[in-house]
Amino acid sequence: LCPQWPYCRKRCSYCNFNKYVVPAVDEAAVGACLVREARTLIRLSQVHSITSVFFGGGTPSLASPRTIAAVLEAIAGAAHLPAGAEVTLEANPSSTGTSRLAGFRAAGVNRLSVGVQSLDDAELRLLGREHTAAEARGASRGAWARGLEAALGLCDDHISLYQLTLERGTALAAQVSGGTLPKPPQDLLADMYETARAMLVAAGFRHYEISNFARKGALSTHNLSYWRAEQYIGVGPGKPGCQGAGGGGCARPQDSIVLPPVIAGAHGRFVPRGEGGCSREARVQTLEPNAWMREVQSQGHGTRRRAVLSPLEQLEEVLALGLRTDEGITHERWGHFSPYLSLEAVFGVPGEAKVLQEQGWLLLDGSGLRCTWVGLALLDSLLPDLLCQLQRR
Amino acid sequence: IVFQIDLKNADPERVEKQIEKLFDIPICECVRISAKQGTNVEKVLQKVIEKIPPPQCNTADPLKALVFDSTFDHYRGVIANIALFGGEIQKGHKIVSAHTKKRYEVNEVGILTPNEQPTHKLYAGQVGYLIAGMKEVTEAQIGDTLFLYKQPVEPLPGFKSAKPMVFAGMYPVDQTEYNNLKSALERLTLNDSSVTVHRDSSLALGAGWRLGFLGLLHMEVFNQRLEQEYNMSVILTAPTVPYKATLSSAKLIKEYGKTEITIINPAQFPDKLSVSEYLEPTVLGTIVTPHEYIGKIIALCQDRRAVQKDMLYIDEQRVMLKYLFPLNEIVVDFYDALKSLSSGYASFDYEDAGYQAADLIKMDILLNGNPVEELATIVHNDKAYATGKFLCERLKDAIPRQLFEIAIQAAIGKKIIARETLKAYRKNVVAKCYGGDITRRMKLLKRQAEGKKLMRKIGNVEVPRDAFIHVLKRQNDN
Repeated sequence: LCPQWPYCRKRCSYCNFNKYVVPAVDEAAVGACLVREARTLIRLSQVHSITSVFFGGGTPSLASPRTIAAVLEAIAGAAHLPAGAEVTLEANPSSTGTSRLAGFRAAGVNRLSVGVQSLDDAELRLLGREHTAAEARGASRGAWARGLEAALGLCDDHISLYQLTLERGTALAAQVSGGTLPKPPQDLLADMYETARAMLVAAGFRHYEISNFARKGALSTHNLSYWRAEQYIGVGPGKPGCQGAGGGGCARPQDSIVLPPVIAGAHGRFVPRGEGGCSREARVQTLEPNAWMREVQSQGHGTRRRAVLSPLEQLEEVLALGLRTDEGITHERWGHFSPYLSLEAVFGVPGEAKVLQEQGWLLLDGSGLRCTWVGLALLDSLLPDLLCQLQRR
Repeated sequence: IVFQIDLKNADPERVEKQIEKLFDIPICECVRISAKQGTNVEKVLQKVIEKIPPPQCNTADPLKALVFDSTFDHYRGVIANIALFGGEIQKGHKIVSAHTKKRYEVNEVGILTPNEQPTHKLYAGQVGYLIAGMKEVTEAQIGDTLFLYKQPVEPLPGFKSAKPMVFAGMYPVDQTEYNNLKSALERLTLNDSSVTVHRDSSLALGAGWRLGFLGLLHMEVFNQRLEQEYNMSVILTAPTVPYKATLSSAKLIKEYGKTEITIINPAQFPDKLSVSEYLEPTVLGTIVTPHEYIGKIIALCQDRRAVQKDMLYIDEQRVMLKYLFPLNEIVVDFYDALKSLSSGYASFDYEDAGYQAADLIKMDILLNGNPVEELATIVHNDKAYATGKFLCERLKDAIPRQLFEIAIQAAIGKKIIARETLKAYRKNVVAKCYGGDITRRMKLLKRQAEGKKLMRKIGNVEVPRDAFIHVLKRQNDN
C-alpha cells in the first residue's frame, strides 16, 4: 500500500512530482481522507494481506506521527498487516528530530527512507534543497567517488542511487536549457555509474536493481513487489515515493534525459474484485489535494482514471519492470501472467532476444530471463527490441 | 533607359558612359528616369513608340497568335495572354493549339489596360487576352501558337525564358504524394513560368524533379507557396548534374550501344578501367562587378574549380570576368555567394559550354563497412574529401546511438578518405522507476518499439527512415 502525503516545505528545482507547498495544512482532514480512501480501496481490491506500506509524497515526515498511526490502524483494520511487514516513511533530514522519529517508530514505522541529493552545501542550494552539506557541481569522477564514500560512511544497509533526471517544467530544466547550468557529458555519467556499482559491490552491497543496492539482505520489500508486478494500491493525491526511496544516503550525478511533463496522482495496479472485476487495472488518483478530498468524502475514494490492462499490456509491464532487477523475471512469475506462453516460447526462439543473448546483454536460462551485469546499464536499449518480439507473439 | 536616378548614389553619367562602351549606344539615346518620382516616364512611352518598329503583320492573314503568358482563374478557367501576328479573333471562333492540337471555342477576348477589358475583336498587331474553355494548365503552353480551325499555320518560334541561377532537387516526403506534388508543381509553374522543371530520380528519395530558379529567394518563395497554397511539404536537395563517360571497354560499348554514355545515377558509374575519359558539363560564366570585389570573386571562382578565360575593365570602376565553370559547382549556391560577397553589385550570366574532361570518382558511404547505396555520389577528386567529411558528419547526426560503435566512412574504391565515429551507449536506463506510475514510461517504450519496426538495417546498424533525408537535404542557409 502506498499512502501519499503531497505537501513539502519547499520545492526542489528538479522536482516535477505532484506536490504542494502550502503554509498551513489541515492535517486532520487530509488524514481522515487517507484513512477513508485506504479502507475503500482495500475493500475494493479484496486483498487479504498487505505485505508492505510506503509513505511517500511530498514530504511525509511533515505529517504528524498521529496521522501516520491513524492510517496504519485503518490498514490493519481493513486487511491483515503482519507484525513484521515493512513500513517505510520518506523523510527529509531537516524535518526529522529525534523525538519525532521516536513518534513515527511508535506509530509503526520500521524503515526510514532519507533523501539526500548531495553531501554538498553549494550543490544543495543549487538544487533548492532545504538541508545542507558540501561540494561543487560540475561533478567529476573523483568528486563523485568521494561523495559516495562519505555516503557509505553514513548509511545503513540500503542505498538508492538516482541520476538526476531533467524533467520538463522544472526550474532545474529551465536553468540547464537556458545555459546557466552545464549538461554533463554522457560518458562521464556512464563512468560515474560504473564507479558507483564497483564501489558499492566492494563494500558488500548487492546490486539488486538498476538504482538500488542492499547488504545483509536489506532489500526493499515494497519496491521489489513493484518490480515484480505484484498488486499495489495507491492512496491519496500525488506520486508516491519522491527522491531517495530506500533508506540510507543517495547521491545523484546529473543526467540529461528530458521527459515530457508528468502529472500523475497516486497510482495503483490491482484487480477490483469488490466490484466483480477480474482484470488487473492501471489506476490513478486525483491530483489536486482539495479536489481529491472532496471526492473521497463523497464517494469513499478519489480515483481519477482507471483502465483495464490487456494481457499484452500486463506482460509488457512485467518485462519493463522485472528486467530492472538482478533476479529478472522468473519462469514462475511469467507464468502467473502468461499461463499459455512461456518465456522460452516467446524469447527462446530465434529473434531479438537470442541476438541480445549472443551479444552478452541478456540471459535466458533455468531461473528465468534477466539482464547481465553489463546489460542492466543498457536496459532501455534492449527493451524496445524485446517488446517488438513480445508483440509478435 | 537609365532608371532609379533618384537614388543617392546614382551616377547616371557614369552609367551612360559604360553603356556607350559596352553596347555602342550613344549617350543621347539614353532616357534617364525615376519611376518613383515619375521623372521622364512619359518620355519612355514616346521612345517606345518611336523606336520599336510596329509589328509586321496583316489582318488579312490567317490567325496566328502567340501565347506568351497565362493565368488560371477558378471560375473562368485558363486566361491566355496572346499577341496576334496575323488575322483577327473574336468570340465564337474555333481555334486550335499548335502544341496540343486541341480544339477550343473562344468565349471572350479583350485587352489589358492593365486590367482585363473585354472587347469584341482583337486584330493582328494587338496584344490582349483570350478565354477559350481551357481547363487544364497544360493546355496553354507559353510559346504556343493558336490558329483557326481548318487554317493551320507555321507555329511561331517560342521564346527563351529567363536563365535559372539556382537549382534544387525536389522530392515528395513520401512517394505516395508524388502525384499530388506533380499537379501542384504544374499549377504553380503555370503562374510562374521562370521556374524550369525536369524530371529526376534518386535512389534514396524516389521519383522527383530538378527545378531551376532565378535565385535563392525565388526558390524559397516557391517552396513557401507550395506549402501554403497546396499544402505540400517537400524535400529539397542539391541537384544532380548529368555526367558523361567515354567508354573504352568493348563489352560495355556493346551493352549500351554507344561509346559515350550519360551517367545519371551513381550506381551506373562505370569503373575507371572501362573508361577512357570522364566528362562533366560546363558553363561559360560572365561576371560584372565593381573592382573592389575582384579579389574575393576570383577566390570564389577558384574555389569552384573555375578557369579564368578573360578579364577586362569596362570602365575605371567595373570589371568583367569570364570563367569556365563546371556546372555542378554553380548549381547550388554560387549565385547567392557571389551576391553576398559583392553586396549585390556583381551580376552573373552563363551559357552552356559543353563538356570537359574531369577527374571524377564515385564516392561510397559505409556504415561499419557496409555500403549505403542511396548515399553514393559522383564527385570531382579535388572535392572528394570535403564532400566525404560533410556526408559522414550529417549521417552521424541522423543515426541514433546503438549498443556498439558505428564507423561512418566515406570511401573511394577501397580507400577510406573520411570518417566519423558514433560511440556506443554505455548507459541507457531510467534511474528511478519504482513507485512512479509506469504508464507513461510504457508509452514511451512502445513508441520506441514502433520506431524500431520502421528502421532499416544496414549490416547490423539500425537506420531510421528519415536519416537519408537528413543527409541529402539542402542545408538551411545562414
